[in-house]
Amino acid sequence: MNLAKVQTLTKASKPKPQNQRIPVWSWFWFILGALYFILPLLATLEFSLQMKRDQISLLAYQKAFEDPQFIKTFTYSNVLALATIIAGIVLFVPTAYWIRLRLPEARRLTEFITFLPFVVPAIILVFGLIRIYSTPVKIPFTDIELFQPLTTTHFGTNVLIVAGYMVLAMPYMYRSVDIGMRTVDVRTLTEAAQSLGANWFTIITRVILPNIRASLLSGALLTFAIVVGEVTLASFLGVNAFGPYLFLLGQHLAYQPAALSFVTFLLTWMAMGLIQLFTGGQGQAAGAH
Amino acid sequence: MTQTTLSTPKKIAPVALDWKKWLGVIPFFLFAVLFLILPSLRLFIGSFTDNAGRFTVGNILELFEQKSILDAYWLSIRISAVTAIGGGIFGFLLAYAVTIGGLPSPLRSMLITFSGVASNFAGVPLAFAFVATLGRTGIITAILKNVFHINIYQAGFSLYSFVGLSLTYMYFQFPLMVLIMAPALDGLKREWREAAENLGATTFQYWSQVAMPILLPSILGAMILLFGNAFGAYATAYALTGGSLPIVTIQIGAQIRGDVLHNPGLGYAMAMGMVFIMAISLAGYSWLQRISERWLR
Repeated sequence: MNLAKVQTLTKASKPKPQNQRIPVWSWFWFILGALYFILPLLATLEFSLQMKRDQISLLAYQKAFEDPQFIKTFTYSNVLALATIIAGIVLFVPTAYWIRLRLPEARRLTEFITFLPFVVPAIILVFGLIRIYSTPVKIPFTDIELFQPLTTTHFGTNVLIVAGYMVLAMPYMYRSVDIGMRTVDVRTLTEAAQSLGANWFTIITRVILPNIRASLLSGALLTFAIVVGEVTLASFLGVNAFGPYLFLLGQHLAYQPAALSFVTFLLTWMAMGLIQLFTGGQGQAAGAH
Repeated sequence: MTQTTLSTPKKIAPVALDWKKWLGVIPFFLFAVLFLILPSLRLFIGSFTDNAGRFTVGNILELFEQKSILDAYWLSIRISAVTAIGGGIFGFLLAYAVTIGGLPSPLRSMLITFSGVASNFAGVPLAFAFVATLGRTGIITAILKNVFHINIYQAGFSLYSFVGLSLTYMYFQFPLMVLIMAPALDGLKREWREAAENLGATTFQYWSQVAMPILLPSILGAMILLFGNAFGAYATAYALTGGSLPIVTIQIGAQIRGDVLHNPGLGYAMAMGMVFIMAISLAGYSWLQRISERWLR
């Protein structure tokens, strides 16, 4: 949804001159905002520390981390995130590069496609994916089967969910790659590399990728933030990921879910902090709301 | 957009080579068709198909007849509108406070970072955080009861209701507004204010006749974006209310799990109705964005 932030990625922040008077209203709104931010986190933290009666302890965290299901689902979600990021880079970088360099006429169409996931929310996407890939996939208008339904095999489901995550992450990833290529002069770099005898693979891996690493990294971290806690796709496709695990945990237990929620918050914070560090500009946001 | 001028020489290039250039983007378009276009198209076609597989507009018409469906849309629209307007106003005031409101500049980067985190902190963890805060045994609930002797649950408040869900959504809504409005407020040139003051304008006149007309398209655009943000949300609402608050996304979720409407076509039509509303709001957003870019860039 948060297209605007992708567009403002490149705009640097400008310091503003300060007024002489104490800006009472500004402070008022700021403090109110700060309270809204902090109170739920404080409440979660405080609650998570109360597992032992009348005593502050990290028992909830210890219990949560010890659960083999936690380790399994959390690892699995991280692997999914990594797979999404790698597949995304492999698909989006050459495409954005080729369109910048050779195919500017495909630009508008690609922009439109990368915009589409904002119009199709996760719940609708997974609805469509299930309806298409839970039956054998046929060549249109014939009865020739291309392959078995993806949702019936373990591997097929993994393919489907990574593809779904790539779609969810596409607006952020594709655009941050594209913006990265705008700031470095791809054309000149390519010509220089070509005149030194580099082939296409070398150009992309050794010249283009290192030059857009900052935007690549921020796209990757954002994807990580989207995928690791994602619930909608994961629960409807029936995979054993961290998001559905946390949801189920919340149905039975009280303290461990609070502890893991706080940990998730810290992870999100880390990802955003790193993005801030790498881009030095506006924060970004996405959302598995 | 500068790239469009580059496309002119392509007409001089030999035609035979032209189509080969498209080979480079085939993987991307294939991916988009397989995992985005085709699934959407399937729902679209399904919404115009009856149980016997024939073409019908009955599903679309039924959307407007079934009370439960209309109620779901209406509830979603109300929650999205309330959090978009509320979050929009609050986010704007916050963005104003840290940009031209005269707060020390370290607070600005703090707020921006925090907004980046908060607008991404959604779904199950967010729901749990609000249960710990405003749930029956939440900390704020307890403080209000023990210190101020106000029992909000006896007073009719519930976290698992319209108000509760709206308060929860606000947690990612107003940070998003901050992230959009801060750069826009930076775009207000100091010369405009000086020019207005030189002509004898008061602060009120400057805001009502100079700054607001310039900012209004981006404020409205951002609010529409916030609307869509809340409208498509599923995980937060599901984790918080467990499906007891029947917003559209929850209803569609139930329809995917098992045909609760007893008519698959109607389920597809419901999904398409959502896409339709999302498409309209995003079109409105990009239209307003183009207007605001005239002044703020």
